[in-house]
Amino acid sequence: MSIRERLSGNEAIATAMRQINPDVFAMFPITPSTEIPQYYAQYVADGKVDTEFICVESEHSAMSACLGAEAAGVRAVTATSSAGLSYMNEVLYVAGSLRLPVVLAVSCRALTGPININHDYSDSFAERDSGFIQLYGENNQEVYDNYLMAHRIAEHPDVRLPLMVCEDGFITSHAIENIELEEDAAVKAFVGEYKPENYLLKEENPLAVGPYGVSAYYMEARVAQAHAMMNAKRVILDVAADFEKTFGRKYGFFEAYKMDDAEVAMVIMGSSAGTAKVAADELRAAGIKAGVVKIRVFRPFPGEELAEVLKNCKAVAVMDKSEGFSACGGPLFAETAGAMINLDNRPKMIDIVFGLGGRDFTVNAAKSVFERLIDIVKTGETGPVYTHMGQREGR
Amino acid sequence: MSDMIEIRWHGRGGQGAKTASQLLADAAFMSGKFVQSFPEYGPERSGAPITAYNRISDERCPVHSNIYEPNFVAVVDETLLESVDVAAGVKEGGAVIVNTSKSPDEIRPHLHGFNGRVCTIDARAISLDCLGAYFPNTPMLAAVVAVSKCVDKDQFLKDMEESYRHKFAKKPQVVEGNLICLKRSLEEVQG
Repeated sequence: MSIRERLSGNEAIATAMRQINPDVFAMFPITPSTEIPQYYAQYVADGKVDTEFICVESEHSAMSACLGAEAAGVRAVTATSSAGLSYMNEVLYVAGSLRLPVVLAVSCRALTGPININHDYSDSFAERDSGFIQLYGENNQEVYDNYLMAHRIAEHPDVRLPLMVCEDGFITSHAIENIELEEDAAVKAFVGEYKPENYLLKEENPLAVGPYGVSAYYMEARVAQAHAMMNAKRVILDVAADFEKTFGRKYGFFEAYKMDDAEVAMVIMGSSAGTAKVAADELRAAGIKAGVVKIRVFRPFPGEELAEVLKNCKAVAVMDKSEGFSACGGPLFAETAGAMINLDNRPKMIDIVFGLGGRDFTVNAAKSVFERLIDIVKTGETGPVYTHMGQREGR
Repeated sequence: MSDMIEIRWHGRGGQGAKTASQLLADAAFMSGKFVQSFPEYGPERSGAPITAYNRISDERCPVHSNIYEPNFVAVVDETLLESVDVAAGVKEGGAVIVNTSKSPDEIRPHLHGFNGRVCTIDARAISLDCLGAYFPNTPMLAAVVAVSKCVDKDQFLKDMEESYRHKFAKKPQVVEGNLICLKRSLEEVQG
């Protein structure tokens, strides 16, 4: 029986962590940390968990402590945001290459500058090459559910990769909404125990962790890591199928909303997808075949599947909530366009960078994106491929 | 979602407008509704104007933007009226609810030409009477419930009593004052 509650995204993640009761939680307790370790500290103080809770002096050390714990063969987690994630950067790559399934909760927020604490994907997208699996949620429910699936995906013997559970900073992390929680025992049963095959302190077969990889060996390790990320696709779907069977909520690589006959579609992530779906509904009521694809899994990127769902559209807008400064489109656009490259008939595609630093995205703004796509279909002219929306014009 | 009620709160940093929006979400949640409660975050400065929001509906609301056309606006600090156009975008049939000792007719000229319903509640006087200190949230919460009818009044009082008994389990003496505060506020809203 699920439990009807109302929680913020941060409380939802902290609750999932409490239910899972990981062995180690290492964290930097000062801004830009999130409320997640604060809630968790209360669980520790109240004796609700028996996690080793380690306060360290930086996010770099927080991730390092998680690596140490995981290398020793136990489950380790942490949480951060914005500049804190950037400060972890070096160690994130180490986690990926050591194949240590740390689970990291990220409240996605802008990077400086100008100094800003609000939501966009500058921080998590900057780590897209780090070797972490990345799951994104539209609201507190999806973020909670993603967290319940996280350890099983990351720790699977065919994967063994670290994983980020990403929520939208403030918009999801600090907004209180209804949520269906699962019983503690049901969560524990679903997530299961962590029993790694090999680990540093295994008496009968001790392991070297983090050795030097000369040119004669480095590439093999990286290719194995790439294969693990490819394997993660199957495991993500398997775990989602079991999740649906157990708890009744369905997840895939993305949500294809009203895409069966869509002529114009938006590819978007996180909380803005909900707003886009309402805009699509309003256009559908006016006879326009609009659809929305909400990306849940950004790493591994579900390119083939995405191309399959978009291929019959006439025009597609990819909505990027981080700049990337490539001067020819944001990261999500580059990946989506890349996925479409071998289709014989491709839709016209544009990229729109929006919502930076918490700039609001409204139903009307989403409708204006669809209207631009309708225009492209009508005229056959794509117009400028890479634009920004929502910013004030002029000097 | 024609049944959805959207509410915008205006206050100053430190006065608890965010908390008020969370309390309203709690009350609506307890009565079986789907809720959203979220503040607009920025540099946190005590005394600076802040905004918080509520959406209350019978099904989950997928929209995650700020609210520009609210059904109701709650103003926790009347000194904001000159500097902030609190009534901006209020929907037909909606209302602006202001914490003040003044009457609705005295407040209307300060609402930048707003011609909809204006309600007032003297949260300071009620709070000082019932709680012995100035906590504007409790009277404002009841005033918003009374005017917006987003929650049934009797259900609201029942749920809040239960919530207070839980929250103040270690100091039950304050429960009664808070309940009287809510009841008086439900009745004393003007306009």
